[in-house]
Amino acid sequence: MTVTEGFGSADHPPFLWRDPTPKSSYDVVVVGGGGHGLATAYYLARNHGITNVAVVERGWLAGGNMARNTTVIRSNYLWDESAAIYEHALKLWETLPQELDYDILFSQRGVMNLCHTLGDVRGAKRRVYANQLDGVDAEWLEPDDIARICPIVDLSPDVRYPVLGATFQPRGGIAKHDYVAWAYARAADALGVDLIQHAEVTGFELDGDRVTGVVTTKGRIGAGKVALVAAGHTSVLASMLGIRLPLQSHPLQALVSELLEPVHPTVVMSNAVHVYVSQAHKGELVMGAGLDPPNGYSQRGSFHVIEHQLAAAIELFPIFARAHVLRTWAGIVDVAPDASPIIGTTPIRDLFLDCGWGTGGFKATPSSGWVMAATVAAGEPHELARPYALSRFTTGALIDEHGAAGVAH
Amino acid sequence: MLLIPCPWCGPRAEIEFRYGGQAHVAYPADPETVDDAAWADYVFMRDNPKGPFAERWVHAAGCRRWFNVVRDTLTNEVSAWYPAGAPRPGAAAS
Repeated sequence: MTVTEGFGSADHPPFLWRDPTPKSSYDVVVVGGGGHGLATAYYLARNHGITNVAVVERGWLAGGNMARNTTVIRSNYLWDESAAIYEHALKLWETLPQELDYDILFSQRGVMNLCHTLGDVRGAKRRVYANQLDGVDAEWLEPDDIARICPIVDLSPDVRYPVLGATFQPRGGIAKHDYVAWAYARAADALGVDLIQHAEVTGFELDGDRVTGVVTTKGRIGAGKVALVAAGHTSVLASMLGIRLPLQSHPLQALVSELLEPVHPTVVMSNAVHVYVSQAHKGELVMGAGLDPPNGYSQRGSFHVIEHQLAAAIELFPIFARAHVLRTWAGIVDVAPDASPIIGTTPIRDLFLDCGWGTGGFKATPSSGWVMAATVAAGEPHELARPYALSRFTTGALIDEHGAAGVAH
Repeated sequence: MLLIPCPWCGPRAEIEFRYGGQAHVAYPADPETVDDAAWADYVFMRDNPKGPFAERWVHAAGCRRWFNVVRDTLTNEVSAWYPAGAPRPGAAAS
């Protein structure tokens, strides 16, 4: 396999995964065949030697949010707990192509968060300092520095929301989302994990206070342990078990332009004007912004949200004014009140949760899988997962990352 | 864009409204006796159905009044709309 950084596409391996018939039972059943579910299965096998594992997916592998995100990778969150788990992910990203023997087009082209108000500047500098204390690479950029790194940002002082500065994480960047999923799936399959597609979970089997299996559209599958890694549909699954969660599912839209020559060298995000933009390896400008406010499972959003983010994009990048939108879409993101994930045990024995990643799940894929696998294997939360217990909503120990989430909630 | 039926102004474009989340989440009747788990339930836990959902909207760019809508979160079909404080149509009185 050749490594083709840039605007080419990687050579694909000749074989990806089997299409097995489900066995009658497994040691672990992972519900959800997206990036996090596949990574969970892979690390169960690779780190813990648990290979009698099935991933059950109601559609096709990685056809949900893993196919719908904007591929941004960064770890510059505010709080120690967040820096720990997202930086763990970023370190795993840095060796993932070798680890999975698959060129996922991971490109550390940097991530820039623009500031347009004094409040923005103060919050962003606080985050830079917090990141530096947590060992996360973070820099403060003055407008001249921004011009040097990304010359196409409009830095003139007479626009409606002038750019006053930015944070920059040089190790951040993008990766090819499909390849990430396929790489995890192929590696998990090679270690013996059964990837079972088009098997929707319609119920659970319980014995007293413990879960013993899942009922799927491909029949009943016994399970020693069950891991719910189902993003936007987690509430639907949990409600079958009588578990209430502090999650709301929303459409989060994104869009791409037609293919353009290389014009945008980094990733630029702006919370205040509100858009984030990168350029995919193939050449599309990839953009996203805030989620659609009403709850929704329809995988589509309202057009005024697209209009706003395009207006923001053109405000920041006048050069994009003649680019055409090629297509728009939405994923269903499960958002917790503090914009942080929920990972760990549940009131039901042998049932584990990894959800609530909201608008920021893609970047966390390796870490989410790593800590979830450890949590399932040990039956108790991995050290990095402990702050993310469901019980934090009772104790009040929230991990508020609305400021660093980069997406209006 | 959603078409939201304001009980006073009629159907108007979604962009005129603000969203208020789940409707009928009642403040604890006797808050001094409520334990942490019950507070967590009131403050943070919410229904999140894939299907009909009773939710709050405010007509921010219109009459500025709050009201409730029952909308299917999968199809976006609206089946009921009624003033804040009124019971959900078809729901058992409590």
